[in-house]
Amino acid sequence: MTPAQMSTHSDTAEVFEEHGTAGHQEFGFWLYLMSDLVLFSAIFATFAVLSESYAGGPTGAELFDLSFVFIETMLLLLSSAACGMAILAMHAGKDSRVLQWLALTFLLGLGFIAMELHEFQLLIAEGHGPGRSAYLSAFFTLVGTHGLHVASGLVWMAVMMYQVKTKGLSVMVQARMMRLSMFWHFLDIVWVAVFTVVYLMGAL
Amino acid sequence: MKHTSHSTGATTGSLKSYITGFILSVVLTAMAFGAVMSEALAPRVTIITIFTAAVLQILVHLYYFLHLNSSSEARWNILAMIFTVLIMALFVGGSIWIMHNLNIRMM
Amino acid sequence: MFGKLSLSEIHYQDPIVMTAVVGSMLLGLAILALITYYGKWAYLWKEWLTSVDHKRIGVMYIILALVLLLRGFSDAMMMRGQQAMAVAGAQGFLPPDHYNQIFTAHGTIMIIFVAMPFLSGLINIIVPPQIGARDVAFPYLNAVSLWLTMAGAMLVMVSLGIGEFSKAGWSGYAPLTQLQYSPGSGVDYWLWALQLSGLGSLLTAVNFIVTIFSMRCPGMKLMRMPIFTWNALCTSILILFSFPVLTVALALVTFDRYIGTHFFSNDMGGNMMMYANLFWIWGHPEVYIVVLPAFGIFSEVVATFSRKRLFGYTSMVWATASITVLSFCVWLHHFFTMGAGPDVNFVFGMATMVIAIPTGVKIFNWLFTMYRGRIRFTTPMLWSMGFISTFAVGGMTGVLLAAPPADFVFHNSLFLVAHFHNVLIPGALFGYLAGYTYWFPKVFGFSLVESWGKWAFWCWLIGFYFAFIPLYVLGFMGMPRRMVFYDNPAWQTWLVIAALGSLLVAAGVLCHIIQLYVSIQRRNENRDLTGDSWNDGRTLEWATPSPPPEYNFATIPVVEDIDAFDDMKEKGTAYVRPQHYDEIHMPKNTASGLVNGILCFFFGFAMVWHIWWLAVASLLAIVAVVILRAADDDIFYTISASEVKEHEDERYRQLAAAGVSLPGAASAPLPPDQER
Repeated sequence: MTPAQMSTHSDTAEVFEEHGTAGHQEFGFWLYLMSDLVLFSAIFATFAVLSESYAGGPTGAELFDLSFVFIETMLLLLSSAACGMAILAMHAGKDSRVLQWLALTFLLGLGFIAMELHEFQLLIAEGHGPGRSAYLSAFFTLVGTHGLHVASGLVWMAVMMYQVKTKGLSVMVQARMMRLSMFWHFLDIVWVAVFTVVYLMGAL
Repeated sequence: MKHTSHSTGATTGSLKSYITGFILSVVLTAMAFGAVMSEALAPRVTIITIFTAAVLQILVHLYYFLHLNSSSEARWNILAMIFTVLIMALFVGGSIWIMHNLNIRMM
Repeated sequence: MFGKLSLSEIHYQDPIVMTAVVGSMLLGLAILALITYYGKWAYLWKEWLTSVDHKRIGVMYIILALVLLLRGFSDAMMMRGQQAMAVAGAQGFLPPDHYNQIFTAHGTIMIIFVAMPFLSGLINIIVPPQIGARDVAFPYLNAVSLWLTMAGAMLVMVSLGIGEFSKAGWSGYAPLTQLQYSPGSGVDYWLWALQLSGLGSLLTAVNFIVTIFSMRCPGMKLMRMPIFTWNALCTSILILFSFPVLTVALALVTFDRYIGTHFFSNDMGGNMMMYANLFWIWGHPEVYIVVLPAFGIFSEVVATFSRKRLFGYTSMVWATASITVLSFCVWLHHFFTMGAGPDVNFVFGMATMVIAIPTGVKIFNWLFTMYRGRIRFTTPMLWSMGFISTFAVGGMTGVLLAAPPADFVFHNSLFLVAHFHNVLIPGALFGYLAGYTYWFPKVFGFSLVESWGKWAFWCWLIGFYFAFIPLYVLGFMGMPRRMVFYDNPAWQTWLVIAALGSLLVAAGVLCHIIQLYVSIQRRNENRDLTGDSWNDGRTLEWATPSPPPEYNFATIPVVEDIDAFDDMKEKGTAYVRPQHYDEIHMPKNTASGLVNGILCFFFGFAMVWHIWWLAVASLLAIVAVVILRAADDDIFYTISASEVKEHEDERYRQLAAAGVSLPGAASAPLPPDQER
């Protein structure tokens, strides 16, 4: 008996309900997030070890503008809150509200990325790029890895906005939205650690 | 034909929980940035302040945004998280201890 | 247009390389020709390449492992041959550059492309039926993992003909992996091969943790699961938490090489020792990842062929859990000599010795299972017995090495090499070979010929001793590892004995190849007609037919005790015919996993050779494939209840014909090998 013979279409939503698939997906995604935490901790450990390896180059205190970082932080935090609003709208079944909140989440996240890219570009232009010293290598990698995660989240968010628009809030779309929101909140958590260890500690 | 799958995952939140979480996070962030930027406290105290604020804010995020509470659905998530945090502490703490030791002796 | 790639990167002048390349290509072409001749392309595409069935994916993993075993073993024979000859001025047949690539490839292939796929394959095939499930939690992700591993393996294979492989050892230490010391393509092949396959392994871990926690059949409490499944769970936890650190270690080396960062450079603040630290945070759990599934296999095999419940089930579970947790706490023992102080060395040395305790508990449990059992000396049982005795020696040398002062003498000598082969080969490889033999009839519906299997075992066991005990002696005599030639003639005798040992092992490999050929020829005489291939099956996978239908179980079993199938046989509920059947939903096949893997291969290849347009294009294509597949909502198909009934009716006809005691029927005849 080969799969080719069994072309009877299944109602995916029904299968999801029957087998608890959404719950499995959420648990699996949580586990991936745990592995991502370990990934970040390896980069944090590297940053800690190299945190004073300036090689005659600039220190954190010389480079960082804390009010700039504070604004970045607020953008990401607001983005997280907007994401929460999107999920509430989703549970209430309000498709258009979901799209509006997601769009806001997206714009705030995009603002965060724009500010970060601006900071990186300035540093590189001044000769303080990742190749300048081990400290800067670690700085760019830690902050940059977080930024890459945020950027990937933005791509995912755009895809989700498209899906909510075209498929509506089906069981599968809602399950994907839950995972996206978990990812988005998780990134804000990692950012708390980043701004504390990199920027605040660096400025001391 | 259900399996004995137990349900895992976060419970749902409310408007109140997101707003509370948001306000607490802003306060904790402002506290941390304020402590460093104002240079009002001694360095050691500043460090303790910002790390405490960070840990608290992370807990706020976990509770108010990710809905990790003591409900049965969240139990496996919390267990996984605790194990992860232990592993992270081991890896980061162990690395810092080892590398500090090596740096002092070798470099 | 082609980055750093040019025709001069193909080493026409090197006879050994060209033989290997031409040989592999001819073999590949022969296989393609055979598939075409027998008209099997459509079958291959539909049933295997686009499959998301855990059983098919598992078989493909194991085929990869066995093929790469041949390459890794050829590397080993070349090293033994070289070292047997190259004494006191003699150069041997391998120039240093080539030799360095061989020992690097040997380690990389054996750990990453033999052991990992072998264990992933066995876990894939066996865990879902052992817990009464129809598939894993994420079948598509399963396929993605497989093809990522294949992509990594292809990079290693391609490096044979185009460019070179890394010469920095399988552990890739800094600063040798820095661009200035390894400017060629070798380290880059190594980096990308490991990153791709590492991602595959991580996704497999997520898959199996969710599967085991969330998809057990009714009554299958955690403390009723088979030990192999427990070990698969612990292995997955090890993978989940250790592989991200490897990802980071490799990524930082990649950044150093590609964008000029200074993580592990000599200058500008780099800290080369941090690489060793990060690598071994992964590297130590990795060796337990490789050994735990084998321990699980031994638990199954020893119980089955002692015809007795495994002794000390609860202590076995706790021992495995302790090993899992402890293996995260010992990594520094891989670099005692790097210069940390005695306090640091002491803590990690103590932790290392402590791991011997739960391992000892397991060994005693296996021995007590055998005590007063009615032993059947089948091939899997021989592998297990060979393991227990030989592994114990390796474990003991591990405890010796765990003492930092002793390690200062032995580190990077052949004593170390002997130790880790002494635990890896009997520990991991014997386990996989036992599993291969034990579960082969389940997967393919006919048994492997026992006689050739036993020959293979004895050649491997005796060959192992001849190949590796001399290395302990050489370690004591002061010979370092990875030497392409040496001055001391006193070492040569032992190296010659070791080379003879490798020839014996080669005979063992040959026996396995012959065994497979003969078994296929004689398959009709050795058909498994009941599903209980060895007639003493204790766990649920033996309740399915051999081979199982794609849905494994027509009705999900209900479990009441450990060794669920044995329990059912005793209570007479094993072959009870269900009153009615429900329709079954299964995941649809898809080409996305394969396409993803191929694109990842091109991405890796492009990155190795700095072909930037290809790298960007393949990366964008990968993102597109991922998004398109993730948005696909039509991912299941239904098998109607009547189709299930038709299939199951046929099964019960076969069971009756085989004489299985269905309620009311006569009892089954015993298989020919079974001793009374």
